[in-house]
Amino acid sequence: MPGSNERPQKADVLVFSEGERAGEVIKPEDLKAGGPPVRAWPKDPRTSVVRKGSRLNEVLVVKLDPAEFDEETRSRAAGGVVAYSVICVHTGCPITAWVKAAGGDKDVFKCVCHNSEYDPRQSAQVIFGPAPRRLPALPLAAEDGPLTVAATFVGKVGAQQAR
Amino acid sequence: MVLKQWLLAGLLASTCLVTIAAAGPIENYSPVTADRLKNPEPGNWMHYRRTYDGQGYSPLDQINTSNVKNLVPVWTFSTGVVEGHEAPPIINNGVMFVATPAGQVIALNAKTGDEYWRYKRQLPEDLFQLHPTNRGVGLWQDKVYLATTDDHVVALEAKTGKVVWDTKVQDYKKGQYLTLMPLIIDGKVIVGGSGGELGVRGYVVAYDADTGKELWRTFTIPGAGEPGNDTWKGDDWKTGGGSAWMTGNYDPDTKTVYWGTGNAAPWPGDTHPGDNLYTSSVLALDPDSGKMKTYFQYHQNDSWDWDEVDAPMLVDLQKDGRIIKSLIHPGRNAIFWVLERKPDSIKYVAGWPFVHTDVWKGIEPESGKPIVDPAHKPIIGKRVEFCPSLWGGKDWPSAAYSQKTGLVYVPANENFCGGFTGEKVPLVAGQLWLGTKPEDIGLTPRPGATHFGELQAWDPATGKKAWSHNFPKSQLFGSVTATAGDLIFVGGTNDRMFRAFHAKTGELLWEQKTNSGIMAMPIAYEVDGTQYIAVQSGWGVDAQRIQDALAGKVDGFENNVPQGGVVWVFAVKK
Repeated sequence: MPGSNERPQKADVLVFSEGERAGEVIKPEDLKAGGPPVRAWPKDPRTSVVRKGSRLNEVLVVKLDPAEFDEETRSRAAGGVVAYSVICVHTGCPITAWVKAAGGDKDVFKCVCHNSEYDPRQSAQVIFGPAPRRLPALPLAAEDGPLTVAATFVGKVGAQQAR
Repeated sequence: MVLKQWLLAGLLASTCLVTIAAAGPIENYSPVTADRLKNPEPGNWMHYRRTYDGQGYSPLDQINTSNVKNLVPVWTFSTGVVEGHEAPPIINNGVMFVATPAGQVIALNAKTGDEYWRYKRQLPEDLFQLHPTNRGVGLWQDKVYLATTDDHVVALEAKTGKVVWDTKVQDYKKGQYLTLMPLIIDGKVIVGGSGGELGVRGYVVAYDADTGKELWRTFTIPGAGEPGNDTWKGDDWKTGGGSAWMTGNYDPDTKTVYWGTGNAAPWPGDTHPGDNLYTSSVLALDPDSGKMKTYFQYHQNDSWDWDEVDAPMLVDLQKDGRIIKSLIHPGRNAIFWVLERKPDSIKYVAGWPFVHTDVWKGIEPESGKPIVDPAHKPIIGKRVEFCPSLWGGKDWPSAAYSQKTGLVYVPANENFCGGFTGEKVPLVAGQLWLGTKPEDIGLTPRPGATHFGELQAWDPATGKKAWSHNFPKSQLFGSVTATAGDLIFVGGTNDRMFRAFHAKTGELLWEQKTNSGIMAMPIAYEVDGTQYIAVQSGWGVDAQRIQDALAGKVDGFENNVPQGGVVWVFAVKK
């Protein structure tokens, strides 16, 4: 499918990638405040192509209290919703867990392959484990409707490579 | 020539010389033949465990119990990558080949540490690695063979590192990958696939060493209509696991490869009812055809993630007044196995728990089948606890056998228990498929535990423990190597130490703190009359996972082990 391998583009919408509502467009009110996150694919609204040709395109979408966001996160959020690459930057596993941080009492993203933890309130900063850098953020917008992608990924998606 | 120009010219000239001296190609490379692989020279380490029998024993004795206290580093080499470094440096007449995570092979002068060449695989950016590691390169004639995490086997020119052929094995996007050192037999490159947590069907496959052409492929799980398929229900066998991610051993006299297989998938036993042949087994294969001659299954219907991929050692064992052609395997399932290899069967001889276990009530004396306690067998919909943990009594790191002492040295983990709640999960290609929530997997110290890691010395003929060395504040997660100098070398602890023990008494004779933790296999080799000991230090993967799981649960348990690989080479200070 042309475009299905391309990284998310500005004006893409997001659709649920799993569960009963798989394929449906996500609106901010579909998400439960405080998590857990949902997994989503970007979808080109003009061609209706869901960009699931590469696992590097999938994102985690979570709704949190904007008061807890750092400045960068706030600038990328829409209605308290933030999106990040689902691919752990350590060795490329998908991030599957939403659990209490090893060193705190707030729920955070955790990659169970090698225990890296990222705080989505602080630009997905690494707060535990071997991951070398933050998760790439996908800036969002929402104007009385579905979530849309406001800009391409901030940072390189995928695992680190040998130097 | 004015002084300044002369200085500059001199500097350039010396730079060129350094470049020539430090970079390949390798001159005078010794071709690796069938005879040399069958009877490797004492100073070389050309197989995963040095010899086809998998004993992990070096006949070198220049470094021994009397002088090991004077062992000092002679050179080191930084690999430039993080994660678990698990490969033994491979030695062929003064040339060292080091494999690292991220698909690197580095060729070094084994005496000086100078680099000849480096191969860096460009891994695909969407690769998903659960065990991002590599366990070494195989050698044949003038080539070096690497199995990669993006599921290719690559042949490199030994002198230059240039790619000769590159064969795709299966599709990494479906969770297939390779981490093992290829087994080389008579011009065949034999590997087995990883991916037991990703819904694969395991296999062992052989390639022509010259061309990369596939010669045979044997699945570790029989297909429909094949013998053993009736130990599975419905289509469970198609995604039943049985991955084969460690190098096999080989008996050249009978032309039989002994290859270990992984757990049945997903983890809870009631998701794949039946004995599940040939998971958690040792397979006897014909290297020419891949045909299975016989097998022994260490336990039926695996439910604990207990891979038995570490191939059994081939030992001529003096027991009860006769010599047994034995297979010795300290299992992940906590049982120390002594088996007898025969042309058409593998017979159970003896078995005993080498660490605490609550899973087994005993072993059936004729069949060698362990008798399970259902209270400690994970199933769907219920939290089940069991000892040892899913990492078992001994995971993939290899034990060693000393031909001098007749003892088997086991990197064991005692007092670890674990548990999880089984759940039915649909398989999505290329995604983790455990049959439980990954975050639900528990690792718990047993109440009253005085230690965790335990280096054990066992007499395989009597089943008696000769000695053990306990680690109160660390797991032991590293391969063991024995030498004729009556030394046992092992890393594996979270204090970054590399240690030498007295093979007869267990006395700690020497230790050296390194850059990171050591999971890799130590080796012994000799160049120009000097014996060296080498090992890669580089912590990661499961050693790190155990550590993260225990941080905060055990007082004083070190949780800060820096990552980053370094090759260490030691010799006795003269």
